[in-house]
Amino acid sequence: MAGPLFEVQNVRYCYERVVALDGATLTLPAGLRLALLGANGSGKSTLLRLLDALYFAESGAVRFEGETLTEERFDDESFEFDFRRRVGMVFQNPDVQLFNPSVFDEVAFGPLQLRWPAAEIRKRVEATLEGLQITHLKDRAPHRLSGGEKKRVAIASVLILDPQVLLLDEPTAALDPQSQSQMIETISGWKDSGRTVVTATHDLNILEEIADHCFVFRAGRVAAEGTPAEILDNEELLRQTGLLHSHRHIHKSGEVHSHPHRHHDHRF
Amino acid sequence: MARIGFLEGSIHGFLEALEHALESEELAKRRGLLQGLDPRVKLLGILALIVAATTSQRLTVIGAEVLLAIGLALASHIPLRTLMVRTWLGALAFTGLIAAPAIFLTPGLVLWHVPLLEWPVTAAGIRTAAYLISRVETAATLSMLLVLSTPWTHLLKALRVLRAPVVLVVVLGMTYRYILLLIGTAREIFESRRSRRVGGLDTGQQRRIAISAAGVLLSKTMYFSGEVYLAMQSRGFRGDAYVLDEFRMDRRNWSWLSLLVAASAGAMWAGRH
Repeated sequence: MAGPLFEVQNVRYCYERVVALDGATLTLPAGLRLALLGANGSGKSTLLRLLDALYFAESGAVRFEGETLTEERFDDESFEFDFRRRVGMVFQNPDVQLFNPSVFDEVAFGPLQLRWPAAEIRKRVEATLEGLQITHLKDRAPHRLSGGEKKRVAIASVLILDPQVLLLDEPTAALDPQSQSQMIETISGWKDSGRTVVTATHDLNILEEIADHCFVFRAGRVAAEGTPAEILDNEELLRQTGLLHSHRHIHKSGEVHSHPHRHHDHRF
Repeated sequence: MARIGFLEGSIHGFLEALEHALESEELAKRRGLLQGLDPRVKLLGILALIVAATTSQRLTVIGAEVLLAIGLALASHIPLRTLMVRTWLGALAFTGLIAAPAIFLTPGLVLWHVPLLEWPVTAAGIRTAAYLISRVETAATLSMLLVLSTPWTHLLKALRVLRAPVVLVVVLGMTYRYILLLIGTAREIFESRRSRRVGGLDTGQQRRIAISAAGVLLSKTMYFSGEVYLAMQSRGFRGDAYVLDEFRMDRRNWSWLSLLVAASAGAMWAGRH
């Protein structure tokens, strides 16, 4: 495993009185595809926001390459610009992320904030749209795009900065099967790219394709970590963390039968 | 099916009107005269023509501008029927209501009396009403040509040529982006309530539902605006707005700008007392 990129040490974070993270401790190595697994409310999305320095730890520390991320540190414009260029986040709801009136403006937003030259921005927007095969959407308004197209534009709006770290919050949520498959293909394509990809998900079905290493969350802290195969084989852990559910079906005899079930079982 | 209330009906209507307005972007994508011009040229040229029409003291000059607008529409493949339905009839109805009393109240040579009511119709009154209606119709037609031939996003950016602050352009762009989403949410709130409602509601109950829906929508809007701000921050936003101009002036655009400004100046000169 490569050296640590992010170090999260005993972090606590609350939304008013609701505790989202409570003593979370983990180390994220550079250059790997990592998954944060957990049921709804387990704290994985909050952790992504702390890693992107959108929230700051109430206690404990989040360090990026050894530097503790604090609000005061982000008062320094050059530090913030460098961090924002190197760490990008794709939000779960693309409507949150696509706030510009056209796809072109959306993809150009990040570089504009970082004061890149206009000619360079135009060139990079074209190249990024081409890379994700969405050039045809350039002049479209975001609200007129399909769910899958919105996700791709959201990724383009982050990828244009060529970030070293990509944080993805439920990238396959609410997508149709074809868009899901395209999204998984995109994330799989980043294997061995040198980029660190951190994906928050509760979809066990895609785990082996999108992650080299996983952290399982329960009640705001890390309950276990390991390779996707190790995690998926630990049925007890999956049940305790709410990632496994009971499947009920009726046999031909009319008997109702119930057993633990994970969607991973359906893979061929 | 449960009856749609006033507020719900208004939201439906507003959403449909917005959807209709967005459809007009299809016209902006056609290959035509105005569509091929730089949005800044169109904005400045049409603004100059509107000023000329509204200051003109001669109906012939205003009429000539209407003909010019029709010519521009035809050269831009904008159907006259669209202009008639969206502009001429509406402007006539609203301005007609305002102008009608002037026909009877303006002192001057009496041409005729309205039977039974005996209201006097004066020449000066007809002239005043004709000026008001023709100026409004011309200005509305020219504005509609600008809107129909220019994508909204380009039009917003073109506002910068009038020294509109960047932050205003960005805020208008975001408003345009989210207004449909929020109205769609409001419609869903009402639809979900309607799907669980049996029978009619009295006025008080309708009012309570409308107020609670407004509260829910407000809290959703607040949550959404917080999330959007985080998404902006995540990509380096520090409170200053920037936009990227994609426009380029060439000889053709300069020629058309000169032509439109010259036509406006000519109309202002010819339209003097």
